[in-house]
Amino acid sequence: MADEIIRFHFDVDGDDFSSAGAASVEVKKRLRQLGFAPDVIRRVAIAMYEGEINMVIHADGGVVDVEVGDDDITMILSDHGPGIENVELAMQEGYSTARDNIRSLGFGAGMGLPNMKKYTDDMKIETEIGVGTTVIMKVNV
Amino acid sequence: MKIGEIQNLLEAHVLCGEDKLDCQVYSACSSDMMSDVLAFVKDQAVLLTGLVNPQVIRTAEMMDMKCVVFVRKKVPGEDIIELARDSGIVLMRSDLRMFEACGILYSAGLKGHVKGGN
Repeated sequence: MADEIIRFHFDVDGDDFSSAGAASVEVKKRLRQLGFAPDVIRRVAIAMYEGEINMVIHADGGVVDVEVGDDDITMILSDHGPGIENVELAMQEGYSTARDNIRSLGFGAGMGLPNMKKYTDDMKIETEIGVGTTVIMKVNV
Repeated sequence: MKIGEIQNLLEAHVLCGEDKLDCQVYSACSSDMMSDVLAFVKDQAVLLTGLVNPQVIRTAEMMDMKCVVFVRKKVPGEDIIELARDSGIVLMRSDLRMFEACGILYSAGLKGHVKGGN
């Protein structure tokens, strides 16, 4: 589909919950323009959206880089938040450290990371307490 | 079921997407937790919710939904309506409570899950 890797970069604003997800909407539009299959687009969009929401809830924002290749689409989400103390626990459905005010906004049910794993073909989490977290997700085309 | 029938059954007021009321939909879901919608919903075209914020529209867009119904007399702001308009999502609001709204639609034939499509 693409002869070379196409790259998109987005800054995710950590101060504005209402704008969270705007980058995912944009990626969805661009992938549609590039002619990807609806199922691939949906999986990328949902995984990235969950990641974006996590960044805003837990890490005061961050950056997202998307690399669109011939065989796969890679999303790299990096933040300088507090880091994830126990990744294994965070991957469990229903486990969340989100505050009640986040739940009142419809998120923080502890489904974000498990959902990101579910919708992607590969997911890696690199995290360091007090330094930040990078989540790398891949969806095969 | 046509989206227009949902409007009639729920005595709902359409906020945007009037041109898409003839669109057919086959299944719906309801939740105030967008986390759960993203995790458990598959191919449902209609979302009923009492939660009002822009993330409702973004969640619906991510899930390729066609229609969002705000229940319990909730009134979305213009920013939310604009977001739905940009996303091509039909937005409506109803005075009914969630349980009643879901019951009416289910009784009229709208299902929770339809194999292979929305």
